[in-house]
Amino acid sequence: MQFSEQWLRTFVDPQLDSDALGHLLTMAGLEVEEATAAVPFFSGVVVARIVAADKHPNADKLKLCKVDAGTGELLQIVCGAPNAALGMKVPCAKVGAMLPGEFAIKPAKLRGVESFGMLCSARELGLSEDHGGLYALPEDAPLGADIRDYLGLDDTLFTVKLTPNRADCLSLEGVAREVAAITGAALRPTEVTPVAARIDARRAIVLDAPQACPRYCGRVLRGVDARAPTPDWMVRRLARSGIRSISALVDVTNYVMLELGQPLHAFDNTKLQGAIHVRYPQEGEQVLLLNEQTVTPAADTLLIADEARALALAGIMGGEDSGITLETTEVFLESAFFAPDAIAGRARTYGFGSDASHRFERGVDFELAPRALERATQLILDICGGAAGAVEEALAADELPQRKAVRLRTARARRVLGITLDDAAIRSLLERVHLQVQVDGDDFLVTPPSWRFDIEIEVDLVEEIARLHGYDNIPAVAPQGSLMMLPSTEHARPVWAVRHLLAALGYQEVVNFAFVEEAWERDFCANADPIRLANPIASQLSVMRSSLIAGLVATLAVNRKRQIDRVRVFEIARVFERRAEGEPVAGFHQPMRVAGLGAGSVRPEQWAERGRTLDFYDVKADLEALFAPRALQFECLSHPALHPGRAASVRLDGRAIGVIGELHPVWVQRYDLGTAPVVFEVELDAVLSARMPAHGDISRMPAVVRDLALVVGLEVSAARVIDALRAVAPTLVKEIALFDVYHGKGVDPDKKSLALRILMQDTQRTLEDAEVDAAVAVLVQQAESALGARLRGSGG
Amino acid sequence: MEHLDQLVQQAAADFAAATDGAQLEHAKARYVGKSGLLTERLKALGKLDPDARREAGAAINAVKTAIEAELEGRRRALREAALQAQLAAEALDVSLPGRGASLGGLHPVSRTLERIEQLFASIGFIVADGPEIETDWHNFTALNTPENHPARSMHDTFYLEGHEDVLLRTHTSPVQIRAMQAHVERYQHCDSLPELRLIAPGRVFRVDSDATHAPMFHQVEGLWVGENVSFADLKGVIADFLRKFFETDDLQVRFRPSFFPFTEPSAEIDVAFMSGKLEGRWLEIAGCGMVHPNVLQCAGIDPERYTGFAFGMGPDRLTMLRYGVNDLRLFFEGDLRFLSQFR
Repeated sequence: MQFSEQWLRTFVDPQLDSDALGHLLTMAGLEVEEATAAVPFFSGVVVARIVAADKHPNADKLKLCKVDAGTGELLQIVCGAPNAALGMKVPCAKVGAMLPGEFAIKPAKLRGVESFGMLCSARELGLSEDHGGLYALPEDAPLGADIRDYLGLDDTLFTVKLTPNRADCLSLEGVAREVAAITGAALRPTEVTPVAARIDARRAIVLDAPQACPRYCGRVLRGVDARAPTPDWMVRRLARSGIRSISALVDVTNYVMLELGQPLHAFDNTKLQGAIHVRYPQEGEQVLLLNEQTVTPAADTLLIADEARALALAGIMGGEDSGITLETTEVFLESAFFAPDAIAGRARTYGFGSDASHRFERGVDFELAPRALERATQLILDICGGAAGAVEEALAADELPQRKAVRLRTARARRVLGITLDDAAIRSLLERVHLQVQVDGDDFLVTPPSWRFDIEIEVDLVEEIARLHGYDNIPAVAPQGSLMMLPSTEHARPVWAVRHLLAALGYQEVVNFAFVEEAWERDFCANADPIRLANPIASQLSVMRSSLIAGLVATLAVNRKRQIDRVRVFEIARVFERRAEGEPVAGFHQPMRVAGLGAGSVRPEQWAERGRTLDFYDVKADLEALFAPRALQFECLSHPALHPGRAASVRLDGRAIGVIGELHPVWVQRYDLGTAPVVFEVELDAVLSARMPAHGDISRMPAVVRDLALVVGLEVSAARVIDALRAVAPTLVKEIALFDVYHGKGVDPDKKSLALRILMQDTQRTLEDAEVDAAVAVLVQQAESALGARLRGSGG
Repeated sequence: MEHLDQLVQQAAADFAAATDGAQLEHAKARYVGKSGLLTERLKALGKLDPDARREAGAAINAVKTAIEAELEGRRRALREAALQAQLAAEALDVSLPGRGASLGGLHPVSRTLERIEQLFASIGFIVADGPEIETDWHNFTALNTPENHPARSMHDTFYLEGHEDVLLRTHTSPVQIRAMQAHVERYQHCDSLPELRLIAPGRVFRVDSDATHAPMFHQVEGLWVGENVSFADLKGVIADFLRKFFETDDLQVRFRPSFFPFTEPSAEIDVAFMSGKLEGRWLEIAGCGMVHPNVLQCAGIDPERYTGFAFGMGPDRLTMLRYGVNDLRLFFEGDLRFLSQFR
């Protein structure tokens, strides 16, 4: 809420400057978001009268004015404003004045004529954008008066960010009440005296839904001049509250809402038929609203209607057809209390909100309606003339909000807050904000006033005590707790270990959005039915990702555009899939994954070795390092994102836990990546799971190493060869390792040669040649029979 | 016949003239080789009578020992020279860069989160986790924010198409509920609940995007529930954390009344540095408060017996303040030139 400090000070005027007042409000929970000068700084500008306006001798568009600025002598000022006229009162910047933008006024010569000052437009003073001509001041403006004083320009605009529980501060009077409570300064509420009925015009009011609207006051005003100008002071106060002046009638309703906090509505009384009903809609009923939107109100939206039709959405917005216009002469003025539950959330369902709904859904003082109606009546009669009928009030007193006494255990308040305030001090704090305190044994029974909707249980009072005592005055202590060690497990490693390991392997962590373009899900996951956001912020952020790969590819693209060729990135984040039995939220599976991407040269550009472009096996090695010492298995895989011949499913202990592969050339081209990256994505849980180290005997006996070169078909995978050999290897064979793959001259074009190193050893004794030969023979036999292999160099 | 003493000097000179091993061996042969000068003399001893032979023999042997010492000395010198020459030849340009893989690094916000976890772990806070697609109940209702509550409009919530009751969590607070429920279940057979101290870092989502807001950002939830937890404790923990996190006592921490449906009393936490670029400016970094009794009750904890505090802070903001980053969007753009500065 925005308001003028000057206006506030008419209600309460503590001996504090603007900064101190703002700080105090903030520390009382009324956060001052902004405190700005109402108008820019300027000085030396006074009220003056143009006593002569002659043609400039040397310029058609300039006038030569004689100006009385109350200095005792007339000033000669050259002026270019088209409206400069004899007798007019205008702001005059005298020599020595400083205008906004640090524009100093000095004696000048304009087209050969001396000029001693400047007559100002509203824009030149930073008062508005109006540059139509000189700012015409009222006839009664005192000559020579400083314009800042005269127009009350030395004002601060406070913008207060009110929390939803403090609707009572959505008015000047409400803020003033708070200021009075926290400063002790006297509160001077607006005095409202009832306006006597002078005409016999009334309109009946029927509360059809008394729970939603237990109080509705209305009255008819006749002979009103809707075209009467709104007084300057009101326009100014409204403007400084961020509300534009529209017409006197509208301005008064806005003014009273700002002043007292009661939203009002003015109907054109001649457009109403019969009694006013406050009711819920009938099937298919429609209302054309003031904002020119036609709505079909939902069954739980309260309406204001007459006997013929629905007129307005109660507490939200008036109707176009029944509203006041500049032709209006008869007004029906509404001042009602609508229950927060009956208003809350409704405006949002129609896609808008209003100052009224904002207040009603948070809670308006339910005793305020009659007073606000009298205040508005008086202002309308003062400004627009006319006469008022009697106030009609429909009241369902039983349905008004209750203000039950709340039990406060002061000892508990002290314990929860960690303070030592005594009961008398607590009582005095509560009474400052008009809470009625009654002693009941050790406890207080505290009754809140009608404007407070946020005090229902004990803790609400604890908060009030904390706030009024001052959060600053609550000590900050080192807490005491029961000491217990946190668990430290070796069966899982912390995710930080994974992050640091990936960083050590050369990967930079990135954080990508969880929502992505729908095309990415289609292209990289073949997901035609992704989880869509109902209200995405942009189409490229419209579906939940089921894979981290696309994000990393996008990261690559971003960096390639910035001429960074070598990219290694990783991300650890959730992905989202539909799954009926999903845990913990049914319908969704949201596992954490680790994904990495490598592209460009293996090493940063350097002098020592010839560069080599990273390939599948480089990234595979990184992935294996991530899981070491546990061994991963890799199997051919068809995956929409990946090159069909260069993709593998990653398995751990026989379970598929992720994928690795080179990005499919189609996507490399479509996403304009240049060279193909290699990516992997695995379950975080699998990466985190760890094995307790287990050790075996270390042999002191010499090992025997034999190398085998097996020629097999190109289609036979290395893993298959090793698995086949391991399956039959005698126990003395400790290790079978691949150390070379050859395909080329000397080997059939459809064959390749795999060089394997067989390590044999016994923990207790030295192996004999015969055993070694026998073991190798078993392996060779297996290679021949199971894999169709032959020993290289053995002919055939 | 040359004098024996001269022979030693002569050999020393010859050895010194040798510039490599081969020349040295050649020079050696002239004296102690098969037909070397000394060898010849030894051979000639046989012609002498036994007394003279003994005397001359001793003299020759003394000379021989001296020559061999000279020889060994020269050998050592040559080896040393050769080693020096080799070392000189092997010298590298040590200013050339090392060859090898470069390191990657953690995301700057991860750095912050890791430190936050460490700091809170040091006073016994565990790390808890929760889903990002969350139920409306956990995100709002259980947190004392029923439907139509005006506080719901404080959060611009992303909803999922075709689902009324699930959303992208707008804060990490639902983890409070899940963790408290699990805690209650775990200790349901005990007379009293052990203290629950946790933080819950994670990603959260709001419909918002500009230089200081991203539609996805990070939050760290904190919760301490026990029999005697007070607002003063909350102030103590937060102030301690901020001083440790920023590694300075040169900052002010301010608690200012605010409103969250799930805490009461509630506070915004502002921090102001007493030096540096941001000197004297109050910067909002977290919201906090005493856990609302309705929330405790919702999670199955007796609010009469137990109290607790909770806080939710923005690690993105903390990271920006810590490292002087002024545009939140940089964290999510994946520009390696930016990210690699935080290694």
